[in-house]
Amino acid sequence: MKFIERFVLFWYDFVVGDDWRVAVGVIAGFGVTALLVRADIAAWWLLPLVVLAMLGLTLWSAVRAAERHS
Amino acid sequence: MNTSALFLVLAAFLASTVEMVEALTIVLAVGVTRGWRSALIGVAAATVALAAVVLVFGPALTLVPIDSLRLVIGGLLLIFGLQWLRKAILRASGYKALHDEEAIYEREAAEARAAGRTERAGLDWYSFTLAFKGVFLEGLEVAFIVVTFGSAQGSIPLAAVGAAAALVLVAGVGAMIHAPLSRVPENSMKFAVGVMLTTFGIFWGGEGVGVDWPGQDGALLGVLAFVIVMSFAFVKLLQREHEDVPAAPEPDAATVGAD
Repeated sequence: MKFIERFVLFWYDFVVGDDWRVAVGVIAGFGVTALLVRADIAAWWLLPLVVLAMLGLTLWSAVRAAERHS
Repeated sequence: MNTSALFLVLAAFLASTVEMVEALTIVLAVGVTRGWRSALIGVAAATVALAAVVLVFGPALTLVPIDSLRLVIGGLLLIFGLQWLRKAILRASGYKALHDEEAIYEREAAEARAAGRTERAGLDWYSFTLAFKGVFLEGLEVAFIVVTFGSAQGSIPLAAVGAAAALVLVAGVGAMIHAPLSRVPENSMKFAVGVMLTTFGIFWGGEGVGVDWPGQDGALLGVLAFVIVMSFAFVKLLQREHEDVPAAPEPDAATVGAD
């Protein structure tokens, strides 16, 4: 059991890393993009915007955390 | 060679170079302080394990339909790439300490000198496990990039060529100078890898959910330009924010992560 737990934790840390909200935002971005595509709406612009928003959010959190520790 | 193939080789080469430079620092520190035999056997064992990872997962991924594959791989690359980009931007703007191979080498060497000696299977177990762990964990990121990039592009061998070229270059230079490769511009290279992983993540993930990119494959360059401009804008913005905040300490060299 411990091995499986450590294995899962390792891969979570490897892929998702420090900020799980980025992964959730990316998955949600894919979901909304797929819905727009199904509705025949041009959706190529959405993923770049999601990336901009998620990167901004995670950087902002990191900066706030650094400032709190200083 | 088209644009995508060129990016594929370049991304595999750059990612492999930075990870191999980090692995080399660990192996050198152990080899120089405790002897080479066990350290080199650890390196060989880790290389075989990494080759097995690529050989098992590479062909398995080629069985998945290309749209589903690009969606899954695009998502993974995007999440993984944003980790690289986040750390690279924090380093470039002064919020995170720059990666310093000399300092890591000194720390690893001091720990290797202080560690006790345990013999297992005729090997200095500390040297073997540290070299194995260093090469395997750093190399796992390379294997991940080779397998994901290569399978989404339909050419794992091409990605493997980029990675192998980096391995030969880093191992060759390391063997010649017998010192950590501190002059390799690791931080800039990590920034470039983060940009490329994020670009391909957006592009392939978009294709996977059915997006029609304006200009088809040519849109890749547009996405690349967007990611570069966005990244440098964040660096500038954070540099202005950064006044008296001290840099966070560098994590342990052997710790795995997209750093």
